[in-house]
Amino acid sequence: MTETKTSLTRRGALALAGAALGSGAVTGFPTLWAQNIKDVTLRQIGTGVSGLNPIAEQVKKDLGFNLQLTVTDTDAVAQRAATQARSFDIADIEYFSIKKVYPTGAVQPIDTTKIKLVDKIVPIFTTGRLTPDSPPGQGTTPFSVGFVESPTAKGFAGKRTEFMTLLPTIYNADTLGIRPDLVGRPIRNWKDLIDPAFKGKASILNIPGIGIMDAAMICESAGIAKYGDKGNMTQPEIDKTINFLIEQKRAGQFRAFWKSFDESVNLMASGEVVIQSMWSPAVAAVRSRGIACTYQPLEEGYRAWGSGLGIMRHVSGLQLDAAYEYLNWYLSGWAGAFLNRQGYYSAVLETAKANMSENEWGYWMEGKPATAEILSPEGKVMEKAGAVRDGGSFTERMGKVVCWNSVMDEDRYMVRRWNEFIAA
Amino acid sequence: MPRLFPWLQTAPLLAVLLVFLVIPLAMLVIVSFYDYDSFSLIPAFVLTNYKEVFTSAVTWRTYLKTLWFAGLTWVVTLGLGFWLAYFLAFVVRSPTWRMVLFVLTTVPFWTSNLIRMIAWVPFLGRNGILNNGLMAVGAINAPLEFLLFSDFAVILAFVHLYTLFMVVPVFNTMMRIDRRLLEAARDAGAGFWQALWCVILPLCKPGIGIGSIFVVVLVMGDFATVRLMSGGQSASVGLMISNQIGLMQYPAAAANAVVLLAMVLLLVSAMLRAIDIRKEL
Repeated sequence: MTETKTSLTRRGALALAGAALGSGAVTGFPTLWAQNIKDVTLRQIGTGVSGLNPIAEQVKKDLGFNLQLTVTDTDAVAQRAATQARSFDIADIEYFSIKKVYPTGAVQPIDTTKIKLVDKIVPIFTTGRLTPDSPPGQGTTPFSVGFVESPTAKGFAGKRTEFMTLLPTIYNADTLGIRPDLVGRPIRNWKDLIDPAFKGKASILNIPGIGIMDAAMICESAGIAKYGDKGNMTQPEIDKTINFLIEQKRAGQFRAFWKSFDESVNLMASGEVVIQSMWSPAVAAVRSRGIACTYQPLEEGYRAWGSGLGIMRHVSGLQLDAAYEYLNWYLSGWAGAFLNRQGYYSAVLETAKANMSENEWGYWMEGKPATAEILSPEGKVMEKAGAVRDGGSFTERMGKVVCWNSVMDEDRYMVRRWNEFIAA
Repeated sequence: MPRLFPWLQTAPLLAVLLVFLVIPLAMLVIVSFYDYDSFSLIPAFVLTNYKEVFTSAVTWRTYLKTLWFAGLTWVVTLGLGFWLAYFLAFVVRSPTWRMVLFVLTTVPFWTSNLIRMIAWVPFLGRNGILNNGLMAVGAINAPLEFLLFSDFAVILAFVHLYTLFMVVPVFNTMMRIDRRLLEAARDAGAGFWQALWCVILPLCKPGIGIGSIFVVVLVMGDFATVRLMSGGQSASVGLMISNQIGLMQYPAAAANAVVLLAMVLLLVSAMLRAIDIRKEL
């Protein structure tokens, strides 16, 4: 699909997209309209981030088969993908998890020749850089674990090949969320989280692979530690970081640690916490309750994450065809627009743009002031006219990514020390 | 044939216990000696998992903390449970009222464990009902922070959840006490406290024993209450095991489970030595 003039209302754009989808004009889903596809059910496991019922409903409408969603937390997704791979067909999983899961053989590589929009995918995933001269960032970058040489290879290619481990669907740049009404001063750096002024009012997330990166950003910002590669720390670096966290915990800096999206929303909305690690839609959820909450851009830059869809090894035949239909559909625009409207980013921008109004695209992706109310996918008012997205445009935000969620070589050691921090 | 009969009669129970208790337990013990990496179990016989349990200061602290939670919860639930049961058994005269009040104590159990716990959060929070109320009447100037996400909150939730497990068996034994014994005690000149100490308490021992086993075992194995009410700030052995399972460190989790199991069995057998609960049955 080429660039479309987007001077359309959202409803109009959707209707247009719907019509286009129906006719097969957008991406041409022609291959599989056999009647028996209606009997196919794809069982997908993922996190609450993208395991959303409207997506399943739209799949049913557009593609005719059933998408059955199971939602759990990040660690549990990885765990089940590796140990109970046969209990579902599609894993909606983070790139740092796939680094552990792929070598177990649970996931089959995706043949990119069957993915129609593969060349339209944002270059972060296909070349490792947002623009040819932007830095790739530390940690487990999606590019480094995104491709394999052959269907049987256990290791990652580290370059673009015909076989993808995951089809990228959703990603974002994370930073700290704050309650501007309660922090009482401008927040500029990651180290502000450990400012004694916020004693007992700070929180970080308790998912080791992600929490350790936030901790590293804080330590580096406060001058406590310097890292060769934050995403692949040495044992002394891990010790330094965790010891510092334990010190802070003992001093009473943290109010709580959260593990799920909802917990972070509740901590912030109730005022228990005024500064904490947060995910973009959680900030939106706090704001939609009429409570001020800012997704504060920080001088040191963002920590990013990305996830994608993997096809489990056992999927074959008609079900495999359906899985490819589903992957193609994911990039074709509706899902992208749906996710962009919640503050995430979609893997193919052009098709998503065609499914969003000019106002929505301007607010979410270009950092422009909203020209009219910004509505959530459920139709709730999220922002009034004139509002500007925290952190600005897509390129401003994704361009300032300094590290990605990670799995380290010293993973077992890190997890053990992280547990000690939580138990300390 | 007649000699085989008793064996046949016990066979179904034996089979169920074997399949659902003995075999899983044996697997747990076997896995606790396995090695592991990020995503796979490596069948082996290594002692690393136990070494990590016993040599880490944090693990020791976590075990002590769990015992501390169990001990404190036991003391509070025993105190509360005993007097509640006493009130029901000896103060309330009418059997109808006794039944009504007894049913009332079970009301909290009509909702799920999780909901009963989460309900405390808006009540105890920094801007919660309790803090706002206390500030409104001028009792405090700043919100009390220790109310939520603290050990206090954990103990409070435990007491809320488990007091009934103490009330029921104690009440049951109290109702079986022959009232003539109390009259005899009074006739012989015993005061309230003396009758309580010399007559009621000894006769309640089986009930107290059963209630104590319930409370201690439930607290020792808990992970959800500790995580939710402490906001992830505090740890218990159960929580440690649940974290390890979440991170796919099954052998480490199994080793902890074996140690915890041994500890709880020791505690329970100590309680059984102190109190003969068979009197109850």
